[in-house]
Amino acid sequence: MLKMTHLSKAYRTEVVETYALRDFSIDVSEGEFVAVTGPSGSGKTTFLSIAGLLEEFSGGEYQLDGANVRGLNDDQRSKLRNEKIGFIFQAFNLIADLNVQDNIDVPLRYRGFDAAERRRRTQEASRRVGLSARSRHYPAELSGGQQQRVAIARALAGSPRLLLADEPTGNLDTQMARGVMDLLEELHRDGATIVMVTHDPELAVRADREVHIVDGQVVELSVPSRRIAAASIPT
Amino acid sequence: MFNYYMALAVLSLKRNVVLTVLMIAAVGVGIGASMTMLTVFRAMAEDPIPNKSHELFAVQIDNWGPRKSFSSNGDNLSEQVSYTDAMALMSIRAAKRQSAMYATGAALTPEDPERRPFRVHARATYADFFPMFSVRFRFGASWTAAEEAERSEVLVISRELNDKVFAGANSVGKTLNLDGHPFRVVGVMEHWEPIPKFYDLNDMYGKSEEIFVPFGRAIENQMPSWGNTNCHDDIGAPGWDGHLRSECVWVQFWAELPTAAEAEHYRSVLNNYAADQQRSGRFHWPPNTRVRDVREWLTYQHVVSNEARILVLVSFSFLLVCLLNAMGLMLAKIMGRAGDIGIRRALGANRRAIFSQCLIEAGVVGLAGGCLGLALTALGLVGLRSLLSESVSRLTHLSISDVAIALILSIVATTLAGLYPTWRAAQVQPVWQLKAQ
Repeated sequence: MLKMTHLSKAYRTEVVETYALRDFSIDVSEGEFVAVTGPSGSGKTTFLSIAGLLEEFSGGEYQLDGANVRGLNDDQRSKLRNEKIGFIFQAFNLIADLNVQDNIDVPLRYRGFDAAERRRRTQEASRRVGLSARSRHYPAELSGGQQQRVAIARALAGSPRLLLADEPTGNLDTQMARGVMDLLEELHRDGATIVMVTHDPELAVRADREVHIVDGQVVELSVPSRRIAAASIPT
Repeated sequence: MFNYYMALAVLSLKRNVVLTVLMIAAVGVGIGASMTMLTVFRAMAEDPIPNKSHELFAVQIDNWGPRKSFSSNGDNLSEQVSYTDAMALMSIRAAKRQSAMYATGAALTPEDPERRPFRVHARATYADFFPMFSVRFRFGASWTAAEEAERSEVLVISRELNDKVFAGANSVGKTLNLDGHPFRVVGVMEHWEPIPKFYDLNDMYGKSEEIFVPFGRAIENQMPSWGNTNCHDDIGAPGWDGHLRSECVWVQFWAELPTAAEAEHYRSVLNNYAADQQRSGRFHWPPNTRVRDVREWLTYQHVVSNEARILVLVSFSFLLVCLLNAMGLMLAKIMGRAGDIGIRRALGANRRAIFSQCLIEAGVVGLAGGCLGLALTALGLVGLRSLLSESVSRLTHLSISDVAIALILSIVATTLAGLYPTWRAAQVQPVWQLKAQ
């Protein structure tokens, strides 16, 4: 589904060249739930931006759902991003002027769906995240957890092949965070491929696999400790 | 997507009312100022008879010679001709239609003894005047060739005079008393008011005449010229006959020449006539004649003054300044929404989509600015009307085409001013905005 091979990302100024990612390789299979962890400044968000085609990379290869994304122009990247990727951001990134329904509708507009199809999808996505009753509410009228659910509904509405989540519970209290993580796990159980960036080990353990990044490189690929513990408990 | 972008534009404009009002005000004031000037300028420069302006020619003959000329155009030609030349040209009949004419007037005494006499502006002309200038009739028609030859006391009246004297009823056959002479009405014109009054620019923006009488009858009745009469040394012998035989110029002469060949032929006829006058000893200079079609005539007569052109230029410069202000405000507004633009980009909007969205928003500002500009234009024209003379103030009306021009100009100009802010918006990198949040 998502395969990066020896990928690098360098930020250049006139005097210095800084690598955010260096010789970075990762392979995420279809239906997998991968947590990407690492300290601040390790390159987690840069990885997610490149994975989401929001940013270009300097070297290496990146294949998304079998398509090589190197050299794609803005139109092609936008189309691929719209069709194959759903984003969940830490800050929710809802559009304040639009109500829940219209926020979920945004990516569907750029997809070119007709009005009936868009309505069907927004209703289905709202129902799935449990916000059908609040479709006319504006973001400011919702709690943080509800806003993140709207963001998840927006990400799901286009039936993407890959969900990219950047610290999805970072702005939520414990209870709301648990609710959002439960929802992500539910989506995963339904077959969604999810890559979640987090610095929280407690969230990482809920993924199938954890990828740890330090200084722009993958230093450890592991099965999360909770799952190891669960596997070693005698039945 | 157009409807979606329109809805987003309205939403965006409602978000920051102060900036929106400032943008619309900047565009509106610029449009108001430029359209006020442009409306007057267009009325001045308008083709008064667009379907025939290239077929109608004003005729000029130099009957004074180079040393007596007062022409400001440096060609020794007066814009009018003498009675002698007018009659000679009428007798040559080298054009499809032709007419000598002059402005005159009289006291009109209504049939109803209860009503008091009043002064009317009249034009002495030939029957060709009406078909030549595409004048349509409400009742009746022009006088006939026979009536013209017999110098009958007949006349054609304007619709307005017919409304005034006969309450709009068919007055053909009725009698009107002009300066004590009974004239029979043979035709009532539809409303006809070319602006400018190209056939007699002595009263450039004046109203059309209320009465039209046969030229020969007017001369026989010694109806004086109410227009411009220019004389040099030879002011003629005393009396009406002396005035007719003088070299004073006071008659306008127009010819209808539908084809280039006919116009060329007419030029040579004119030159031959002037050459004959030279041979006979009346002219002591080589033939100097000219025919100009309506547009050439208006340019030659400086109907649109240089001052008017400069005013239009200044007003459009002001519009440019207003648009630059609007552009700055638009840039601030759009950059303030960089976060939303970043989100849309992340969700699949390409640069073209963002560009279209912002450009339509600029167009909506332009439309609103155009509406405000129209209101200000109407206000500006009311102001001009109070400042200008009555005849010139007739130019200050807002036509449907002026409204369309104002709106189109506003939308196009604002959209163009929005190009840079829009381009900047399309360059927003989604990742920067999302990281910043």
